Amino acid sequence: MLHLIARRLLQAIPTLWLIATLTFVLLHLAPGGPFDEEKPVPPEVRAQIEAHYGLNLPLHQQYVRFLGSLLQGDLGPSYKYAGWRVDEIISQSFPVSLELGGWALLIALALGIPIGVIAALQHGKAAETALMGVAMVGICLPTFVLGPLLLLVFSSGLGWFNPLGWSVPSDRLLPALTLGLFYGAYIARLTRSGMLDTLHHDYIRTARAKGLSERLVVLRHALRSALYPVVAYLGPALAGLISGSFIVETIFFIPGLGMFFVNSAFNRDYTLVMGTVLFYAVWIILFNLLVDLIQMWMNPRTRHED
Amino acid sequence: MRHHHIHLLLCTISLFFTCCDARITNVARGNAARELYFGIGTEPAGLDPHLITGLTELHVTVALFEGLATLDSRTMEIRPGVARSWEISEDGKTYTFHFDPQARWSNGDPVTAQDFLYSFQRILSPALGAPYAYMLFDMKHAEAYNKGDTKDFAQVGARAPNPATLIIELNQPTPYFLSLLTHYTWWPVHPPTIEKHGGMTQRISEWTKPGNFVGNGPFTLESWRINSSLYAKKNPRYRDPDSVWLNGVHFLPIQADAEERAFRAGHLHLSSTILPHRIDWYRQHMPERMRFDTALGVYYYMLNTSREPLNDPRVRQALAYSIDREAITEHVLKAGQEPAYHFTPPRTGGSYTARTRISYNPDLARRLLAEAGYPDGTGFPSFEILYNTSESHRAIAVAIQQMWNKELGIDVKLYNQEWKVYLSTRQSGNFDILRAAWFGDYDDPNTFLSLGKSDNGNNHTKWNNPQYDTLIEQATREQDPDRRFEIFQQAEAILLAELPVIPIYFYVTSRLIHPSVQGWHANILDYHPYQSVELID
Repeated sequence: MLHLIARRLLQAIPTLWLIATLTFVLLHLAPGGPFDEEKPVPPEVRAQIEAHYGLNLPLHQQYVRFLGSLLQGDLGPSYKYAGWRVDEIISQSFPVSLELGGWALLIALALGIPIGVIAALQHGKAAETALMGVAMVGICLPTFVLGPLLLLVFSSGLGWFNPLGWSVPSDRLLPALTLGLFYGAYIARLTRSGMLDTLHHDYIRTARAKGLSERLVVLRHALRSALYPVVAYLGPALAGLISGSFIVETIFFIPGLGMFFVNSAFNRDYTLVMGTVLFYAVWIILFNLLVDLIQMWMNPRTRHED
Repeated sequence: MRHHHIHLLLCTISLFFTCCDARITNVARGNAARELYFGIGTEPAGLDPHLITGLTELHVTVALFEGLATLDSRTMEIRPGVARSWEISEDGKTYTFHFDPQARWSNGDPVTAQDFLYSFQRILSPALGAPYAYMLFDMKHAEAYNKGDTKDFAQVGARAPNPATLIIELNQPTPYFLSLLTHYTWWPVHPPTIEKHGGMTQRISEWTKPGNFVGNGPFTLESWRINSSLYAKKNPRYRDPDSVWLNGVHFLPIQADAEERAFRAGHLHLSSTILPHRIDWYRQHMPERMRFDTALGVYYYMLNTSREPLNDPRVRQALAYSIDREAITEHVLKAGQEPAYHFTPPRTGGSYTARTRISYNPDLARRLLAEAGYPDGTGFPSFEILYNTSESHRAIAVAIQQMWNKELGIDVKLYNQEWKVYLSTRQSGNFDILRAAWFGDYDDPNTFLSLGKSDNGNNHTKWNNPQYDTLIEQATREQDPDRRFEIFQQAEAILLAELPVIPIYFYVTSRLIHPSVQGWHANILDYHPYQSVELID
C-alpha cells in the first residue's frame, strides 16, 4: 500500500511538469496578451508594465523563472486582479468550490445508488424503465438549463430559496442539486448495471439459499461488488465536480474557483491560469489515488496485484 | 430506532430551512441600515487610481478617493473637493488651489499639497507604467517626465509653497482643465502607505487591501472578498461627513442574468446594466425601474482604408449611407440608444453637436457605389466584418450585413474572435471592417476627434489627412471656447466626408434602479459620487 502511494506520488512529478510546460507554451502561443485593452497603452508604457512582470525577458528565461518560483511554491501575482496573489485567490475561492462539489457528490450518491439498486431489483418491470428514463433526463439536462429551471420553480415561484449567493446554509441546495443531478443520474446507471451483473453470481444464489433476507442479500453481499464501477467513476466525477462548476457558480453567483479557472484564460492572466491549472491537476491526481485506495480496500484481490 | 432516524432527518431538514427563513432582502436591510447594494457586473481589476482604466473601477474608487475638485452628478458642474477654492491666472495657465483644512486621510493624517506632488510624480514615473498617465500631460513638462526626457520632477509644473496650497502650471490654457481634475488619474494616494507596500513605482503592491488601505474619500475600504463583495464604509474622517447620508456601499460583482434575478428578488438597489432581452419584460411590468442615461460613447465600424475597395471614399460613403441606424436601435438594441449620424456624441462638452451629418439614404448609397465602379454591387469584392464575440455585436453585424446586401447588392462575411484575439488582430491591422467603440475620457470633443489623427495610437484605419491633423492641433492651442468648437466642427466635417469610421449608435447606460434610491442622477460620464444618494422606504 505504502509502496503504491510512494510510486504514484513520484509519478505525479513528471505529470505536473508536463502540464505546467504545456500550459505555459499554449498560453504564450495564444494571440493577445494580458495587457491588451480596448484603449491600448503607449508602447513605452507597455514595456514598463511588461518589465514589472518579467514579460520582457526571452521566453525560455520566462519559463525558467516560472519553474523556479513554482518550486518555491510562489504562484505570483494575478495580472488581471491588481493587488491579489494567485495563492490568495485560490485559498479564498477553492474552499467554496470544494464545498459545492462535496454537496453535489453527496446528492449524486444519495440519489444515484438507491435509484440504481431499485431499478436493478425491478429489472424488466415498468418501475425500472421509469427510473432509468428519469436518469436519462438527468444526464441530458445541461446545468445551464437545469439551474435556471430550479430557480424559476423554487426561488421565483415558491420563494423557498435565495435566488443567488452563498451566505446561508440553504443557499447550497439548488446549486448542489444542479451540479449533482447529472452525476447522480450517471451513478444510477452504473449502480444498476453493476447490480444486475452481481445478482447473477453464484455467491448471491448461495446467500439466498442460506435463507438470508432479500434486504441482507442486497445490502451486505451484492451492493459491495455492484458499487465497484461507481467508485472507479468517483475519481473523474470529483474532479469534474470541483473544477467544472463554472456555469453553476455563474448562475448562482457563488464565489468559487471555477470562474477564475475559465476567465483567467480569456483575460490571458498567465499566472492565474498556471496557478489554477496546476492546482486542479494536483487535486485530480490525489483524487485518483484516493479512489484506487478505496477500490483496493473494497476488493482484496487487487491488494496483491500491486 | 427507525423512528429516531426519521425524527433526526426531519429536524435537520427543518433546521436547514429555518436558517434561511428570515429571508430579509438586501434592499430592506440596506434601507434600514443606510447601506446601498450596487451590482457592478464584474470584479474590479484593482483600486489603485493611478493604474485602473475602467468604469467598474471608477464606480468603486469614487467612493474611496477625492481629487482637488469633484463633479455635481446632477448638473455636471465642478464642485470643490480637497481644494476649497482656487484662482486661475489671467493667461489661464496657472491654477492655485487652497486646501480644505478639514481634508483628512482615512487614518487621520491631513491631506497636503505634498501628497498631491507625490501622487503626480508617481503616476508620471515611467517605471510605474501607468496606462492613463497622459491625462496629466496638460501640466507643464509632465509629458517630458513621463517619457523620460527629463528626470528632474522639479521641472514639472506643480509646486507646493505650503502644505495647504498647490500651484499647477499648464502648457497652455486648457478650458476643460478643472473637469480633468475629477478624473481618477488626478486623485491623490497616501504616500506613507504606498512607501510601506513596495514604494512609489511598484505596481505589484498590496496597499489596496482592507487593513492596508488608506484613502481620502467619503467612504473607506472595510472588506473585500474577491468575486463576492466589496464593502466601503462611511469614512468618519472625511472632510465633510455630514454631506454623506449613506453609512456604506456594498459592491457586488454579479454577472448578467444572475444580476437581473438578484435585482428582481430585492437583493440590489442598482444593477450594472439591463440585458437587451429583458427590456421588453421590464417595459411591461416595471417601467419605472429602468433607467437609461445617455453615455459619452460611440459604437462604430472601423474601416481599413489601405485595402481595396475600402480605400475609395465613395465606397465608404455608400456603406455608411445604406445603414438604417434607427432599425438597429429600435429593433436590435431597444434601450433607447441614439442612432449616430456623426461621430462625437451630441452635447459633448456641454454644447458641441456636429453640424455635418450623414444620413440613411440608400439611393445616394447606390449612386456612390456605381460611381466607384460597382453598379448594383457588380464585381464588388467580398469582405469581412470582424467583431469580438458577443450576442449583441453579432446581432448588429447580421443586421448590417443584410442591409448592405439588400441595398447595395454586396456580399459581406461575418467573423468573430474572442476579445484578446480580436485586440491583437486590430493591432496588427489585419482586418477589413472592425466593430469598435470609444468612450470619452473627459467631457470634450477632443477625446473623440483626436482619434482620427494620423499619429493617434488608436487610429487603426490607416487613414491620414494632413488638413484634419492640422485642425485638431489648432484646436488644442485655441483659447476661445467658441472658436475651438468651430474648429472641431470643421474637423468633424472632414471625418464625415471621408468616413474612415462609420458611426452606428451612441451608447446609453442602462440600469435597473430600486424606487427607494433617491439622488442617483443621470449624467453622460456615468460619474456618481455617493454623497447625493439617499434611500427612502
